[in-house]
Amino acid sequence: MKPLFALLSALLLSACAQAPLRGTGDLGVIIERATGRVAIVDTTAKSILARVEGLGDLSHASVVFARDGRYAYVFGRDGGLTKVDLLLARIDRRVMQAGNSIGGAISQDGRLVVAQNYQPGGIKVFDASTLELLSEVPAQSKVVGLVDLPGQRFAYALFDKGEIWVSDLSDPRLPATQKFPAGQQPYDGLVTPDGRHYMAGLFGEDGIALLDTWRPELGAKKILQHYGKGQEKLPVFKMPHLRGWAVAGGKAYLPAIGRHEVLLVDTTTWKEAGRVKVKGQPVFVMARPDGRQVWVNFAFPDNGWVQVIDTLSGQIVQTLAPGKAILHMEFTPRGEHVWLSARDDNLVSIYDTQSFARLATLPADSPSGIFFTSRAARTGF
Amino acid sequence: MVHAADPDAARQGELIRLVRQDCGSCHGMNLTGGLGMPLTPDALRDKPFESLVATVVYGRPGTAMPPWKTIISEGDAEWIVRRLMQGFPVETR
Repeated sequence: MKPLFALLSALLLSACAQAPLRGTGDLGVIIERATGRVAIVDTTAKSILARVEGLGDLSHASVVFARDGRYAYVFGRDGGLTKVDLLLARIDRRVMQAGNSIGGAISQDGRLVVAQNYQPGGIKVFDASTLELLSEVPAQSKVVGLVDLPGQRFAYALFDKGEIWVSDLSDPRLPATQKFPAGQQPYDGLVTPDGRHYMAGLFGEDGIALLDTWRPELGAKKILQHYGKGQEKLPVFKMPHLRGWAVAGGKAYLPAIGRHEVLLVDTTTWKEAGRVKVKGQPVFVMARPDGRQVWVNFAFPDNGWVQVIDTLSGQIVQTLAPGKAILHMEFTPRGEHVWLSARDDNLVSIYDTQSFARLATLPADSPSGIFFTSRAARTGF
Repeated sequence: MVHAADPDAARQGELIRLVRQDCGSCHGMNLTGGLGMPLTPDALRDKPFESLVATVVYGRPGTAMPPWKTIISEGDAEWIVRRLMQGFPVETR
């Protein structure tokens, strides 16, 4: 039996070796959350190449990429961290690292993968190659909004403690953490494209906490305070997500909380620079890579809509109904197309961002997050 | 315990999907918790039924739990809480 097995393995390996070589720049993954599976996709061919199963509870799963684009690190709700090999379409490694997890980030040099956890609350640091646990920073709070910063640092916010923490992992086994008071109930965070300004959206009060990570000694300050002007909040049936920042034309576009508005902030003065009324509670507010458009999706019960803001005019130029329960959007690397997941239609739709024509649909089982390897080269993704 | 008539089968199906998918955005699709607390029978065992129903309908000010009254009736909420306490049904797909 053994020699036969060895012979078969050798045949399989040589079959693999004969598969055409390919790069990873147009690869990505779609989370199929109900089935614990990811689909590996090709954004040039607009097709699904393979599926990888056995990733556990993928409700609210998120993904970061190794800087060579070959490996996707998938963070599952159940605390599973899975390293998926996109070229061989299989699980490379998998660890259970927490009881309840929400996402993660990868270091500037690609050597560290950091998970942000709800239970037990805190962050954990892993060797990106082996997934060996190197260190952890316990927080006694749910951790949200974890992002990578230049210099092997990571910023994140503590929902229960109302703080922003910045951990320096220059020595990954010995994290050095600075703590900044931020405000009530930070629910998510983002970093500007240059890796300088970290923003944490606040749920418990009107406003955003802003930390200049080049000048941390100044501490976090509040911007967009009182944007609700004391008016009663509309119910928020799903928390907005800030990751996937929308900074375009010198302005940041941010979801309001409890208001059907996108807030604009001038990124020089950090003062409000306008608002755009939209169809519901915004969830993702994402700039097309060139910054000319900002795409917005919405919380239940308005999650069948997607709206597009033209950043030059500040007006909504398109309202789409791409399907039932639009959970996520992802632009191709230079933004000519956007992929949208329609969870309740079991479809991913691909739109042209200039003509707004639907170009293709792909079947997917309860698709949620869509992540392309171009994220590997972007700070804060 | 006095309660309104159970929602009909079609509505029950909608509510199962709503709880798994939309309550699931905070409480997890498997209801094991997330930003919101776990909604498993174990987690709910010592909580009073009426206050859980009120939490669903009116929300909990000061927390991220919104009022669902525009979407979920009192009768719906009673059925949801009863089923959560028993172990919530999975979606039939």
